[in-house]
Amino acid sequence: MRKIWDIHGGIHPTENKKQSLSEPILQAAIPPYLYVPLSQHIGAAAKPIVQVGDKVLKGQAIASASAAVSVPVHAPSSGTVFAIENKTVPHPSGIDDLCIVIETDGLDQWRERKARQDFNFFADDELLSIIRNAGIAGMGGAGFPAAIKLKSNDSKPIDTLIMNGTECEPYITADHSLMLEKANDIATGLAILAKIIKPKTILFGIEDNKLDVVNGIETALNRIDFSTQSGCTTDVRVVTFPTKYPSGGEKQLIEILTGKQVPSRGLPADIGIVCHNIGTAVAIKDAVCLDQPLISRITTVTGEAVNRPRNYHVLIGTPVSFLLEQSQYQADKNNRLIMGGPMMGFALADISAPIIKTSNCILAPTEAELPTPPPAQACIRCGMCAEACPASLLPQQLYWFSQGKELEKLEQHNIADCIECGACSYVCPSNIPLVQYYRASKTDIKQREIDHHNAELAKRRFDTRQDRLIRLEQEKIAAKQARQAARKKTNPPNDKPPTANTSAANADTTATTDNAEREATVKAAIERATIKKATLSTTTDDPVARAQAKREAQLAQDQADPEAKLKRAVESAQQRLEKLQIKLAAAKESDDPNVNILEAGLEKAQSKLISSQQALDDYKKASHSED
Amino acid sequence: MALMRVTSPHTHNRQTTGQVMQLVLLATLPGVLALTFVFGWGTLVNILLAVVFAIALEASALKLRRQPVKFYLNDYTAIVTAVLLAIALPPYSSWWVILVGIFFSIIVAKQLYGGLGYNPFNPAMVGYVALLISFPVAMTAWPTPIHLTPNTVIIPNLFEALLIGLTVIERPMIDGFTMATPLDLVRQNDSLLLNDLMNEYPQFGRWSGYGWEWANLGFLVGGLFLLQRKIFTWHTPVSMLLAIAIMSALFYDGGSSNSAGSPLFHLLGGATMFGAWFIATDPVSSAVSNKGRIIYGAGIGVLTFIIRKWGNYPDAVAFAVLLMNFSAPLIDHYTQTKPYGHNNSK
Repeated sequence: MRKIWDIHGGIHPTENKKQSLSEPILQAAIPPYLYVPLSQHIGAAAKPIVQVGDKVLKGQAIASASAAVSVPVHAPSSGTVFAIENKTVPHPSGIDDLCIVIETDGLDQWRERKARQDFNFFADDELLSIIRNAGIAGMGGAGFPAAIKLKSNDSKPIDTLIMNGTECEPYITADHSLMLEKANDIATGLAILAKIIKPKTILFGIEDNKLDVVNGIETALNRIDFSTQSGCTTDVRVVTFPTKYPSGGEKQLIEILTGKQVPSRGLPADIGIVCHNIGTAVAIKDAVCLDQPLISRITTVTGEAVNRPRNYHVLIGTPVSFLLEQSQYQADKNNRLIMGGPMMGFALADISAPIIKTSNCILAPTEAELPTPPPAQACIRCGMCAEACPASLLPQQLYWFSQGKELEKLEQHNIADCIECGACSYVCPSNIPLVQYYRASKTDIKQREIDHHNAELAKRRFDTRQDRLIRLEQEKIAAKQARQAARKKTNPPNDKPPTANTSAANADTTATTDNAEREATVKAAIERATIKKATLSTTTDDPVARAQAKREAQLAQDQADPEAKLKRAVESAQQRLEKLQIKLAAAKESDDPNVNILEAGLEKAQSKLISSQQALDDYKKASHSED
Repeated sequence: MALMRVTSPHTHNRQTTGQVMQLVLLATLPGVLALTFVFGWGTLVNILLAVVFAIALEASALKLRRQPVKFYLNDYTAIVTAVLLAIALPPYSSWWVILVGIFFSIIVAKQLYGGLGYNPFNPAMVGYVALLISFPVAMTAWPTPIHLTPNTVIIPNLFEALLIGLTVIERPMIDGFTMATPLDLVRQNDSLLLNDLMNEYPQFGRWSGYGWEWANLGFLVGGLFLLQRKIFTWHTPVSMLLAIAIMSALFYDGGSSNSAGSPLFHLLGGATMFGAWFIATDPVSSAVSNKGRIIYGAGIGVLTFIIRKWGNYPDAVAFAVLLMNFSAPLIDHYTQTKPYGHNNSK
């Protein structure tokens, strides 16, 4: 006997598993229409790759994985694509989502399959892509894409592979019946998993209310040489442990079997463990050996409102109503319809919602069986919830803080570690729907994080804008000062008439100007000032129109006086040079990484100045010679 | 039939707060029987009057607060409070004493704070302390155990006890009818060795006060029953009893005239067992985590002993509980549990 560990808390609800185990798994009928949702797993929804009216064969891919965390979807039976539209899907909120509706032709005709009994034919990465392409997502309930869990990560080597055959929720027997009837398939699937993961230890966890499967599983496992599969000495153990809810939760099962705890907000891989459901193992075996993608699953139909509770092998996309009919469903006796178990399942809003990859149970209870919850009483902090909590939280405190929306306190009391198993609500003598409060609070926390993030972004944008405005303003002032300083240097005030100031003539040119030239300069300056005045006084409010008018006036003037244009070019080049010098000095002071760029710009500006100066001189010489 | 939309879980163990409270009431039975056997019908009359007043006051408070009366009365908490206060009061208490006590318990300590679940202090103990401070004479007049009562005093029958409670008839002669409690005798003693003291006064029994030890054993049985039914965890009562035992062992000093009494004397004396199993375990006003409850219980135990030995009141459980009620939020702050996955791998 391998040592097992106990988990904190847990409860013992009435099992109610016998009802659905009295008969073997039955192949459910093919419904006239299959409603196949594109999002049946954790991650991005699949993308349709068929059109309305297309003929599809059973097992043909009808939607492809759209992201890293996503899986494709396949046609569960042959027929015609009838519609691709929003339909009711199984979801706690009763929402509609995109489904591919297939009108079945009843032939159930497979696409071409390449069956290979010997999976050793494949390399590990080929196996991974087969599993991914077969659309396999965790069959235990969470629906996490299986291939992602299997991808090796050198920084997190896996030494223990856990097979989850716990099925701790009351009523559900899908895994139980699978272990009873398909032990060999499970063993083969496990061998494929072992080949990919190469674990030193394989632990097959089964609760002791399913001891009838242990012999069959052990025999099936003994037929396989796991050490050869995984390329190292592998110890394979079937471990049974006392029945207690929620032993089948991944984190709980890991603690029961290994005594280790998955770090908070971490993954089992962080402690060298990976955990797969037995349903996933069977799906992997079907995909690898039979080339059959995940298009069906075992679903328990039970509850006192069905006359023939049992397990069905049912096609994904089968409407719940169609499945219930086969079990002689009595709608008038049924008070709520639960997908999943009574502890963590959710009440379906619509009986026409389809079975999806994670639907392990349809529970149709009567009012006497699962009565309407009475109104909640006040919390007396009796602490029964804390005794039941498998995560060792303090549910009564979380409830208190949830009511007051004290999100910091909730986080401090580790609400993130709540697995929403419902054990606290189950024992609460005041009938408080505790899990509902925690879900709402978790959403509030998530929303607050999003709000914080957005506020942070907005603040950063605002700050950046403010900085930019201040910088521009400072540059403007600095440039103005520099301009004034330069003007003082170049224009000795005594030998110039005040009007010359506006033209701000270059020092070199002033030294060589004759009177005529000076007159021309003055004239040009006056003309420009007039244009500017005219432009400014233009009544139009449109800045574009204003700028255009100015530009036109400028062009007209330039044609009349090319020398002024050249002079202006010199002037602007000089201004640019000055500006760049100031910028460069500032950048050097503050160790700005853009210093190089600025230096290059400075050089360019210098050469521009020289060349425009040259052009002006040339023009002058030419005009002089003409004179 | 329209499908019901409710969130998980869909199943419940079908235990209600009302049922929990009924179990608590049932568990007081052995102790109440012992008290009745030792002191006569007085305790039962106390309980009867207290329950009537409690239901009346609770109902009117709920009505004033516009709360559903029947819904809240069905949780039985007012009745539990009334019974616990009635047990703590000296048997044959007058109706007005009980009424004032219940008023403080139900109206002041419970409803004014927001009703069930929102009271920071133990309602029964608030009522008890209010009475003890207001009417010290009435509150310390414990009757003499029936079997020690002089023959000259007639023991009232149930009907007479009721009339005494309603103050229609007078109590029998105070001198013969009431006696100093064993805790008082030990505290005030400064001349006799403990053994001599216990031999001299008939109020002492085999291990502790005569009769008191049986009442304490009765409440111990009731407490163990509740523990077995998982109504509370062992942490608070056990740590409180251990703390009292350790403190009294430290100050026992072998039984001199200065001795505070033996551990057994304290464990089976006064309101020790009643306090440990029925008062300190009140979940609303106590600490929440198991670690916190150990500290909380130990605090009550230590304070109980300190007040018994050096205080001025006949018993100390009520004060100790209220003082620790004050500390419960602080204890909670420092004794949060370590959840799954927070570096506590086995």
